Amino acid sequence: MITLGHMLTLSAILFALSVAGIFINRKNVLLLLMCIELLLLAANFNFIAFSRYLGQLDGQIFVFFVLTVAAAESAIGLAILVVLFRERRTINVEELDRLKG
Amino acid sequence: MLPLILFYVFATILVASALGVIVSRNPVHAALSLVLCFFTSAVLWLLIEAEFLAIVLVLVYVGAVMVLFLFVIMMLDINLEELRGGFVRYAWFGWIMAAIVVLEVAGVVLTRKLGIDVTHGAVPLPAGYSNTRELGALLYTRYTYPLEIAAMVLLVAMVAAITLTLRHRGGLKAQDINQQVAARASDRVRIIKMDPEQRT
Repeated sequence: MITLGHMLTLSAILFALSVAGIFINRKNVLLLLMCIELLLLAANFNFIAFSRYLGQLDGQIFVFFVLTVAAAESAIGLAILVVLFRERRTINVEELDRLKG
Repeated sequence: MLPLILFYVFATILVASALGVIVSRNPVHAALSLVLCFFTSAVLWLLIEAEFLAIVLVLVYVGAVMVLFLFVIMMLDINLEELRGGFVRYAWFGWIMAAIVVLEVAGVVLTRKLGIDVTHGAVPLPAGYSNTRELGALLYTRYTYPLEIAAMVLLVAMVAAITLTLRHRGGLKAQDINQQVAARASDRVRIIKMDPEQRT
């Protein structure tokens, strides 16, 4: 029987892997965006697991909205990436220092 | 017993493909690993009886978002060699962060005094139960306004993505609607008063 603990552990591992991925691929914006998608997926796992094991559907509704916002985020992120690449010919995070932050 | 075996099989595939996403140097490989990730997650969600979201994950993520990712990867002419450095320099920090996250969540999951028993399975849903119908009933009653806000978010994202990437090139023979509407007859036709010519 799949227990809540199984799902939570799996999502923790997934979350940790994507956090590690953000640190490892900190030069490539494309891979950073993919790691963020993975991170949101891990969070969705928690929502669905709790929704299912507490017997309330609200968690699944929330996952629905998270999916919507994540889709919007990746669409705008990729659009910005395309514009950035047109302008600078690179997607290396370390060279994107025009704002002098 | 069988669901548990299936769970372990798919969880292994999921973790392996997540590793593939974060360590592969080629963005195309990473994107394809991410597709496998999403697909396996959909199967796991089916396994704990969240059917609607499983289908939505496959349709929206594998069908739309990842295709967008692949399009962008193939459109950009990325110099992979340049992005390759710095991997080893920060890898240890990444793995330490990952270990801390796992320990934290494991601490919460293994605590017995949260009031939530994590060691029992979900109550099996009765036959004839429709996850999609229940979600729809909830979505269009209690969550109507959030649903409309979500629709607005998608609309704004679409408009933003189009305006960001729209490029006006010179020398293009395209219509300018604004200019066409603003045109007056006096701009185009000149009426000249002149005396009639004498017939010779």
